Amino acid sequence: MSEQLVQPDWLKRQVARNRDGSPWYARKLRITTVRIVSQAFFFALFTFLLWATWFSRLGGYPVSLFLEVDPLVGFATALSTHTMYRWLWRGLFVLVPTLLFGRAFCNWMCPYGTLHQFMGFIFNIRNNKSRIHKNRYLSIFQLKYIILTVMLVMAAFGSLQIGLLDPICLLVRTFAVALAPASDLAHVNFAEVLRASLGLDPEPLALLAMKPGAPEQRIFAGAWFVGLLIIGLVGMNLVIPRFFCRVLCPLGAFLGVLSRFSLWRIDRDLTKCTDCDLCLRSCEGASDPHQALRKSECFVCMNCIDDCPEDALAFRLTPLPVKDKIVGDVKKGLATLFGQRVISKHAETEIRTPAVSKRRWVFAGAAGVLAYPFLRLSKSVNKRGFHEKAIRPPGSVAETEFLERCIKCDQCINVCPTNVLQPATLTEAGLEGLWTPVMDFSVGFCQLNCTLCSEVCPTGAIQKTSLAQKLGIGAYEEAGPISLGTAFFDHGRCLPWAMETPCVVCEEVCPVSPKAIGTYDAEITRWDGAKVTLNRPYIRPELCIGCGICERECPVIDDAAVYVTAIGETRSQDRSLLLETSKKATKT
Amino acid sequence: MKQAGLVGGLAAGAGWAALAPSDWPLSLKDPTGELGKPKRRQLALPEGGYAVAPSKLHADLGIAHGVDMNAMVRGAIDAIGGIRRFVNPGEIVLIKPNVAFERAAALGATTHPEVLGALIRVVFEAGASEVRVADNPIESPESCFAKSGVQRAAVEAGARVYLPSPGDFELLSTPGAKWIERWPFFWRPFVGVHKVIGVAPVKDHNLCHASMTTKNWYGLLGGRRNQFHQDIHGIITDLARMMRPTFVLLDGTRVLFRSGPTGGSLDDVRSGQTVVASTNSLAADAYGWDALLLRKDKDKPAYLGMATESGLGDWDYSKLVLEEVQLG
Repeated sequence: MSEQLVQPDWLKRQVARNRDGSPWYARKLRITTVRIVSQAFFFALFTFLLWATWFSRLGGYPVSLFLEVDPLVGFATALSTHTMYRWLWRGLFVLVPTLLFGRAFCNWMCPYGTLHQFMGFIFNIRNNKSRIHKNRYLSIFQLKYIILTVMLVMAAFGSLQIGLLDPICLLVRTFAVALAPASDLAHVNFAEVLRASLGLDPEPLALLAMKPGAPEQRIFAGAWFVGLLIIGLVGMNLVIPRFFCRVLCPLGAFLGVLSRFSLWRIDRDLTKCTDCDLCLRSCEGASDPHQALRKSECFVCMNCIDDCPEDALAFRLTPLPVKDKIVGDVKKGLATLFGQRVISKHAETEIRTPAVSKRRWVFAGAAGVLAYPFLRLSKSVNKRGFHEKAIRPPGSVAETEFLERCIKCDQCINVCPTNVLQPATLTEAGLEGLWTPVMDFSVGFCQLNCTLCSEVCPTGAIQKTSLAQKLGIGAYEEAGPISLGTAFFDHGRCLPWAMETPCVVCEEVCPVSPKAIGTYDAEITRWDGAKVTLNRPYIRPELCIGCGICERECPVIDDAAVYVTAIGETRSQDRSLLLETSKKATKT
Repeated sequence: MKQAGLVGGLAAGAGWAALAPSDWPLSLKDPTGELGKPKRRQLALPEGGYAVAPSKLHADLGIAHGVDMNAMVRGAIDAIGGIRRFVNPGEIVLIKPNVAFERAAALGATTHPEVLGALIRVVFEAGASEVRVADNPIESPESCFAKSGVQRAAVEAGARVYLPSPGDFELLSTPGAKWIERWPFFWRPFVGVHKVIGVAPVKDHNLCHASMTTKNWYGLLGGRRNQFHQDIHGIITDLARMMRPTFVLLDGTRVLFRSGPTGGSLDDVRSGQTVVASTNSLAADAYGWDALLLRKDKDKPAYLGMATESGLGDWDYSKLVLEEVQLG
């Protein structure tokens, strides 16, 4: 009886065996389906970790995980610092699979790759012919190897620039600086509509806020550029599919070079392949699976296997080089391979290494050798003539070491609760330090009991710093607190100094005890003849930690009457101000 | 034809809207440019504030000394008539602690979480349907609420915490105020509120000399607060005018006697072992000045006198009925 249970027709169709006798799930559960699930999972994980990069959500999540498993981050910082910071060994999670399967990271894990593929899927509507045409290899795809080489040579000299284009750094930065604030702007307005117009409580929507509890809309220097850049890069998918991944991505280039060692690869069966080129229809990497597979370009998306009508393509472990085993003339269609007729007219099945000529590698290396001094000798990063507003977060290493480590991922900026951390523009840090974190006290201030930026930094540009270390208490009593700079008064703009008006907000908010801002009682005869007592503020530089809350809260908001500059920062003796701190620096 | 009719209709409508005299309905005409300017709605707190009727039966100032914070909060409130005098069953009560800085409770810069927790529980005992805790701190709100312990204490006691976000502020009008007649106010937590209780620590303050229950209302304002220091006493007087609370609690469990209002060192704090409850925040502050900051021999902060002259209360607690209890 039970076998006779009613099975509706649609279900019968769904679970019917395939024509070749294989079970139904071989049709449904394609390897490409598994790949899409993997991409969705890693994209969701990536988004979740960025969402969790906030004071009330951190809760022990490895929020910088994707930056740590990025092997280019580990490799390039190893080149520049000769060390591996904290969690960067996690790069092996990507490196080892690459040695086994090739550039699978690009189409199975990389959130930026997923974004590009998905955007292409939605917006890039073409017919089959056009798609095949767009997925052929172009020589411009060599550019990424040139970029990688220049960046690695510069890293070896001590200037780490991979973060400009590394996809994980780029996407994290774009999220922190442009996407999250844009999302919160929309969120605030949406909540306002719910509350004011519909009378609903928007509280449950707080989960959708990227930075809940931020009292003001977050703003970032150069957000327009970072934001428009991602629109442009995503938009380029309409011109060249996977433009970023194929043409620019230094991580893809890095994995592409390594994938020559990979054990598995897409293999074409010459006795089945009819040279129809349909495998190019959805080829993500433009890796020429229809002829000699370019291992360095293949994203292992497996679409070609799906698309092949002859079942000629498969993902195989160490396929044999078959070219030498062919007997007869392939071009004339008369050849045989192990006794079977060779149908394809292309005898080659793989190209292992990137198609970059030796002279181009040399050119790229030479470009890197020259680019390093050009960037480094720019005034802003030098020890003489550094920019006074290049104020680094607490726990940062000295500037030259900082530039060896900072990958401009802007996770520190993402987690900073007060919005003080900003991506540096060309003004503060030159091209070499573009998008590295600097503090802008007109926007926020460095909160005394906060060391979150040092927690999330994946490379140790901001070293993991305990609160005791930051405040100079307990075991760090002798070293003293970490100072980011020193505050100064502009007497010409200060209300009690220049305008006979009481103020001293700066003194009130100064967070150290005893306060680094004190006040004199000044008896003055005001313009109207009245005798008034004004509290006039002054700085005690030996107590000032350069947190900038005085500048942030100064009522002269456009150009504050009290302002912090980088001089006096404890991270480097070159920039000390007082003899006393200089002495401390030599001691520790 | 149908389409032409639609287009024609829209064109005619647009023409009407653009050309009709400005007092006609749906007119878009704006010859002076005034209509096009954004209008912010203005809100006001209820007439008479959140105060309850005065009572001759109870003390004006309830002062509890001891070490058990729970008992002190209860004792101080009981001394001024008990919580049921102030909160009726089913009411929504807003409690305003001082969470201005991200400091541990022991450093005295913020309201003690245990005092707040005890207060919330007492308010719930009177049958309040909802208790809200709100403040707009100087430093980042989430950190301030978390590191001061206020967040946890409030949530554990069953209250709902309101952190300020950009859309939460509305222009509040305070008629008669010198400076803040119209000022951005942290409005969202006030929607539907019946009673308001302030609970503030005792802190030294360089400019206004002492920050206690009256200055505490500063944390309900937004906007350019850093201008307030140009006439801090005038502003605090305005705050007393703006907010007529149900009652206030002065958290004298710790006294930040120097380096205020931020503190930052345990050396700046001494134990006060006192909680004061009063419907008269000026008197509570004056008591705190004398008995907790121990500055009896110095002149009272000017704002106490100014607020008293403006008829917003009377700081002189020697004229009032004090009930002092010693607990444990």
